Amino acid sequence: MLDTKEVKHIADLARLELSAAEEKNYGTQLAAILDYIDLLNEADTSSVAPTIQVGQLSNVWRSDEAVSWPEDEIEMSLNSSELEGRQIKVKRVL
Amino acid sequence: MEANRLTISEARRLLDSGELTATKLLEACLAQIEKADKRLRAVLTLNEAAARLAASRADERLAAGEKGSLLGIPYLAKDNLLTKGLRTTASSKILEKYVAPYNATVINKLDEAGAILLGKTNLDEFAHGCSTETSAFGPTHNPWDLSRVPGGSSGGSAAAVAADFCLFALGSDTGGSIRQPAAFCGVVGFKPAYGAVSRFGLISMTSSTDVIGPITKTVKDAALVYEVIAGADTKDANTYPGAREIGLKEDISGLRVGLPKEYYDDSLNPQIAASLEQAKNWLLAAGAVPVELSLPNTKYAIPAYYVITPSEISSNLARFDGVAWGYRSEGSGDLDHFYKKNRGFGFGPEAKRRIMLGTFSLSSGYYEAYYKKAQAVRTLINRDFADAFLECDILLVPTQPHPAFKLGEKNTDPLSMYLEDIYLTAPSLAGLPAISIPVGLMEKDGVDLPIGAQLIASLSNEGNLLSAAQALEARVAFMPLKFA
Repeated sequence: MLDTKEVKHIADLARLELSAAEEKNYGTQLAAILDYIDLLNEADTSSVAPTIQVGQLSNVWRSDEAVSWPEDEIEMSLNSSELEGRQIKVKRVL
Repeated sequence: MEANRLTISEARRLLDSGELTATKLLEACLAQIEKADKRLRAVLTLNEAAARLAASRADERLAAGEKGSLLGIPYLAKDNLLTKGLRTTASSKILEKYVAPYNATVINKLDEAGAILLGKTNLDEFAHGCSTETSAFGPTHNPWDLSRVPGGSSGGSAAAVAADFCLFALGSDTGGSIRQPAAFCGVVGFKPAYGAVSRFGLISMTSSTDVIGPITKTVKDAALVYEVIAGADTKDANTYPGAREIGLKEDISGLRVGLPKEYYDDSLNPQIAASLEQAKNWLLAAGAVPVELSLPNTKYAIPAYYVITPSEISSNLARFDGVAWGYRSEGSGDLDHFYKKNRGFGFGPEAKRRIMLGTFSLSSGYYEAYYKKAQAVRTLINRDFADAFLECDILLVPTQPHPAFKLGEKNTDPLSMYLEDIYLTAPSLAGLPAISIPVGLMEKDGVDLPIGAQLIASLSNEGNLLSAAQALEARVAFMPLKFA
């Protein structure tokens, strides 16, 4: 069982506003899921490295070249935000 | 003739001979959607006007003698694939009004091939789920039994193909999201190898396993769609070069079919076990050779997947903060508060649950015990497959532990929902190509429900995979649903 303080801490890290009911619910559910995940402790991984890539590739390189982006796509891509010139307005940080 | 009930291959012949036009085919699909989607709720957004234009353009190309495997073929796309000018929601409130400024690479490729985008299909919110019940816009219903789920997360795409809304649909598969709904709806679902198809323009979920693939009525059709959408793309650095042509072989004699015992334990529904036994016998009758083997780390696939996936989700969904796009709350407060309100309101319960779980497993003090441990276990799972493919060419396993379940039956217990993926996540973690095809029916509450069998191959072995699937399909002679 994750207590409310732990759930609040995780929600804070995840930038999620949760209701009191959600906090309680997630505390119970996440604890049940984590219990199940503890099955992983039975696996002996002392001799293996963690997977960092599946498939057939290693490093993929390309040159860092700017390509032009159509003006209409730029405007569309920010369609629900508040634009001022080519800048996005955000709330105060401090 | 109801043209919407044709397979791609059948429609191809009629379009090329002039017995059918792309416009007539499109209208048949639109009429079926109009008639039946009130009951299924598979389609979120229709693209009628643009589709009609595209169909008349396809008819001109056909009249000019142009050939192309998908020229004039109507399809639906899962609504986590970006479509320029046509709303893309990921079935989330946070993107309810989002219109993408560009197309996903797969959409562009299909467009160039002359396929016709009919609209966008329902999914579990951000593809988190296996029933479409986490969609912010309500669940899709299974066409075989409207009281049951179609599976998920590509449930809208699978239901749409099963009900002949289109000739094929695109889905995405992260831990079973193409294969499981295909099995629940009695259609073919192909998850290509990781990196075979560009994900540019797919809304990211778990970047280390996400794959786009086709849901179709036949294996041959899956190969046709795959050949068009596969290939290297500079916009997805995980794609690999090389021809992706599938040479479907009629003769599979000598093909070694692996039967891993961990996939056939007591938890498997007896009728599904019997169907799988029958599927094995059909493959043997076609000349395949059985190989009994073991994948000893199978039991760790679900717990490893449900650490890795939420971890990547918590990172990938960090971008939805309400600043540049998506839902934004009104009112005062500082930036931090603004983020929290947007995300707390915009994401549904399952998305939030996964973001929380992932944030936890990546957080200081828990990273080693959860995320890093899961990635190490993943190495064991990958090795199991590598060892198995020394002894066999493909694996035959179930797709689902039971038939499609009832709407509302599982959505209060997240863990039982996660266990739906029991036969599906291991090949995803290893990046392997896998396909589900219908192999039988089982009766439940007086209604026939489809059963799927899953075939899995090593990374570059799609040819063997699809050839075996086609050989099996020919012997099953599965009768598709005629949803009226």
